[in-house]
Amino acid sequence: MIVADRKSLEEILAMVREKRKILIVGCRGCVTVCNVGGEKEVEILAASINLARKTSDQPIEIDTVTIERQCDNEYVALLKEGIGTYDAVVSLACGVGPQFLSEAYPNQLFFPGVNTTFFGGAVSHGIWEERCQGCGTCIIHNFDGLCPIARCAKSLLHGPCGGSSDGLCEVSKETLCIWDMIVKKKMEQGRLTDLLKVIEAKDWSSARDGGPRRSIREELIP
Amino acid sequence: MRLSYPPEIKVIQVPCTGRVDIIHLLNALENGADGVYVAGCLEGECHYRTGNLKAKKRVGYVKKVLAEIGMDPGRVEMFNLSSAQGKRFAEIADEITARIIELGQSPVNKREKAKAAV
Repeated sequence: MIVADRKSLEEILAMVREKRKILIVGCRGCVTVCNVGGEKEVEILAASINLARKTSDQPIEIDTVTIERQCDNEYVALLKEGIGTYDAVVSLACGVGPQFLSEAYPNQLFFPGVNTTFFGGAVSHGIWEERCQGCGTCIIHNFDGLCPIARCAKSLLHGPCGGSSDGLCEVSKETLCIWDMIVKKKMEQGRLTDLLKVIEAKDWSSARDGGPRRSIREELIP
Repeated sequence: MRLSYPPEIKVIQVPCTGRVDIIHLLNALENGADGVYVAGCLEGECHYRTGNLKAKKRVGYVKKVLAEIGMDPGRVEMFNLSSAQGKRFAEIADEITARIIELGQSPVNKREKAKAAV
C-alpha cells in the first residue's frame, strides 16, 4: 500500500488560517490502512482544528467526509454537491487524492493534509516499512524476494557495499542492510553462487527517470 | 468508606479504558471540559491485557495535540488504580481538580463566556 504520515497540526492550521469553512476529505484506501487518512483520522483532525480555532477565538465550520477512494473519479464525483461552498478542502489521501480532487473541481482550493512517503507494509502494529520503489521493472526474483532497489540505500545490484556492518546499513543504525540479508538467505538455501552472476545495468527508463508514467490496458478501455 | 470527591467531576463509565479513544478526549475538550482524565486499571493488570496501555498512549497523543495548539497538556491525564482503591480514586479526583483549578478555565470556555458577557 501507499504509506503516508500526517502533516503537523501546525502546518495544517497555517494552511487553513484565514478560512472560515472547510471540508476534510478522507480516503478508505491505503491511508485508512496506515491509519493516517481514514474516517477516524478525519474526525481527529477536525476536532483538533476546531479546538485550536476555538481557543484562538477564530471559530471555523468543519465538515467531514470519507470516500471509498480519492484516486478514482467514480468516487470523487460523489463530492460534487456542496464542494464549491468551502473556503478550502483538506485531503487526507496520498498525493494522488488532492490531485484528482483538484482536477475534478478546478475552482475549489485543495490542501494536502499528509506527506506521502513510500510503498510498503506494516511490519508490526504501528510500524510501516518501505518495500517497493515502483521502479517499473521488478527483479526481486533474482534476490530471493528481497528488493535491493527499494531497500538498499544505494539501490545496488551487486552488494553489499563497504558501508554494511553487523547487518546494518551505514545510513542509520535502524536500517537493515538488505544485501546482508540477501547473502544470508542465499547461503541458507545453498544458492550463494547465484550471486556470481553479473546483472546488467538496470534500465531506469521504466522508473521515474523516464518521466511521469502511464499504464494503459486496452481490454479495459470502453 | 463514604469518601467524597469534588462535584465538578463527571464520571463516564467504560468497560475498559481501551475503549477510550483520542476523539473522545478531544470532543470533551472541544465541548468545554476544562480537563479530562482517564482512570484505568494498574499497568499489567488489564483484564483485556493492554487496554490501559493503549489508553495511556492515546492520552499521550492528545497531550501532544494540546501542546501544538498552545493549551496546557496537563489538562489531560492518565491515572492507574485498581477497583479496590476507593481512597486513591478520591485522591486522584482531588489532585486533578486542584490542577485544573490552578490552570484555570479552558481557553474554549473563556472565549465563549467573554462573548456571552458582551
